[in-house]
Amino acid sequence: MAINRRDALKSMALLMGGTIVGMNALLTGCSPEEQLSGLNFSEKDIAFLDELGEAIIPTTDTPGAKAAEIGTFMVMMVKDTYNAAEQEKFTNGLNALRADFKKQQSTDFMEASTADRTAYLNALQARAAEEEALAGFLAMAKDLTVLGYFTSEIGATQALRYMETPGKYDGCMEYVPGDRAWAL
Amino acid sequence: MADQTYDAIVVGSGISGGWAAKELTEKGLKVLLLERGQNVEHVKDYKNANQAPWEIPHRGRRTIEMLENHPNLKRDYVLNEQNLDWWAHEKDSPYVEKKPFTWFRGYQVGGRSLMWGRQSYRLADIDFEANLKEGIAVDWPVRYKDLAPWYSYVERFAGISGNRDGLDILPDGEFLPPMDLNCVEKEVAERIKAKWNGKRLMTIGRVANITQPHEGRVNCQYRNKCWLGCPFGGYFSTQSSTLPAAMRTGNLTLRPWSIVTKLTYDKDTQKATGVEVLDAENNQTYTYKAKVIFLCASAFNSTAILMRSATDIWPGGLGSSSGELGHNVMDHHFRVGANGTYEGFEDRYYFGRRPNGIYIPRFQNVGDDKRDYVRGFGYQGGASRSGWSRNVAEINFGAPLKEALTEPGPWSMGITAFGEILPYHENKITLSKDVTDKWGLPVLEMDAELKENEKRMRKDMMSEAVAMLEAAGLKDVRGFDAGYTLGQGIHEMGTARMGRDPKTSVLNGNNQVWDAKNVFVTDGACMTSGAAQNPSLTYMALTARAADFAVAELKKGNL
Repeated sequence: MAINRRDALKSMALLMGGTIVGMNALLTGCSPEEQLSGLNFSEKDIAFLDELGEAIIPTTDTPGAKAAEIGTFMVMMVKDTYNAAEQEKFTNGLNALRADFKKQQSTDFMEASTADRTAYLNALQARAAEEEALAGFLAMAKDLTVLGYFTSEIGATQALRYMETPGKYDGCMEYVPGDRAWAL
Repeated sequence: MADQTYDAIVVGSGISGGWAAKELTEKGLKVLLLERGQNVEHVKDYKNANQAPWEIPHRGRRTIEMLENHPNLKRDYVLNEQNLDWWAHEKDSPYVEKKPFTWFRGYQVGGRSLMWGRQSYRLADIDFEANLKEGIAVDWPVRYKDLAPWYSYVERFAGISGNRDGLDILPDGEFLPPMDLNCVEKEVAERIKAKWNGKRLMTIGRVANITQPHEGRVNCQYRNKCWLGCPFGGYFSTQSSTLPAAMRTGNLTLRPWSIVTKLTYDKDTQKATGVEVLDAENNQTYTYKAKVIFLCASAFNSTAILMRSATDIWPGGLGSSSGELGHNVMDHHFRVGANGTYEGFEDRYYFGRRPNGIYIPRFQNVGDDKRDYVRGFGYQGGASRSGWSRNVAEINFGAPLKEALTEPGPWSMGITAFGEILPYHENKITLSKDVTDKWGLPVLEMDAELKENEKRMRKDMMSEAVAMLEAAGLKDVRGFDAGYTLGQGIHEMGTARMGRDPKTSVLNGNNQVWDAKNVFVTDGACMTSGAAQNPSLTYMALTARAADFAVAELKKGNL
């Protein structure tokens, strides 16, 4: 169990130090006018959603939403489970948030730090009443990030505890603050 | 095709049909078990039973495609991407809603025994006597004492875990050790008992999950994935329990993809001679003959088969001479109750996923208790700590959100009432004159609704739920009525009721069709009234009893 988790963390660190950050560097050249149209999510859109998800559920002592490939998950869910109106709200919101971030922070979302992105999201959340469209998109992104992360293998087995076959039931076990919740 | 002859034919392989097949084969009869849908082999065909959460494509959410293809299933929790194959294909097998009706059907070997809720309760004297005492519908031709030994018989084999509570209203059975209540449930149970001086009781659900190895099956592993099929055989299903027993005798022939279009009937002997089968795959028609036929095709489909049989003699079909075939549709009405949060026990949690909850037996219209309606309801529910899906709107994004959701949230408890629906003659099903299914058979038209007694009961179902949770110390207690359409309880009953008089009932006290004594109907169709308890255990007991009677009659030359 411990070895598995260490191995998983090590491979995650490799992933974060290598592929993903490298990919972001490649993507920094993208123009600020980058617009998603329809449901034609590009790799850049997925990378954006990965970072958005990571700003919602970041890497701490366990991997965050990006390691759980949250961008790919969000796109699949938007395509398969959202109706047309919801899909439009999501894609419009994605474009709007990208533009709003640039306007507020004078930098591209993809170039900012995760901490700055998270701070932006919290500020947006605080003025949700005035920013209906943006806040509506953020609520969708949060919902999909929380769902996708905590049901991912990383989320369920590292952030939470997953027991495939408990084998018994104890209705009154001791709980110490800090103990992780069951995935199911 | 040449006729093939058996001693007995069982139509339908769900809970009732599985029991009929087991009992008849074990008594030495050569049995043909017909199932209209696909075969599902124990363990081998439980293809998603070992899926991890991250292997479920949409993690339990419904896709637009699922919603479009399953306009009926989507009305409730049963629409689930993990076991979609186990529900009837709605486009192939439609039905007509003259009044709103929800019909969740399991068209495969094992039927709904694969996906059932497994709650297993005996009916009591008060239930069997109610129609007579209140002058409603007709009297049951049996009493609790007639069924008690058969309840014991089926419980011993099926494996029901539960607590012996010593109540007249909910007789004890032959239980395996009960599952545990969790800390909050224990506390709530104590407070309810104290507040109502023991006249109300909250106990652990009596459930067809085995809590110790039983009949060659592995005990429940507390995975709570029963509806995907259990690789351990931890709960009773046709596949885990009755089908292997029937197979072991060497007397069983199982034929999937076999839609029974009608029974063949000989008016001279006044008996059925066999069944006509439409092969659902090749559309060929086959005829099988037998001395005894058990209809266990699920309540409405057993009745539909009767309606399509012997129509040259009775235009309404076999059993329609009473004027009651297709009438007295029942279900259990529910989706009304209350929930609240519990402050305390933050230092307690639980281990394992218990596939069971609490049960509060009926206390209304019992003894001195009188309500503004007749009959009553029981509650099911449970307490748990909320998990990552809880709403934590006030917590900031980033590490605070992640940390908050990785720990369990507060305790909460909810209870939902399951209430009795009276047998009303005007609540009925009929064969459609203009709509047919994929195989050209007339589909059923549903024409049934709740009436004043149920509507008054629903108000009480909510207010008593609120009262009990508040008395038990829960906070922010809220009553709810999520709405209900008939059938949603997935406890369809009636339409071929048992009775004492052929003029007012379809079946006699041994589940024989009055007009064809070698035809037995032992699924939900036979119910004379519905009680408030989950009904499957009663079908098991009635089926085993009828099978015993049928074989005895056969030996005497009476069938």
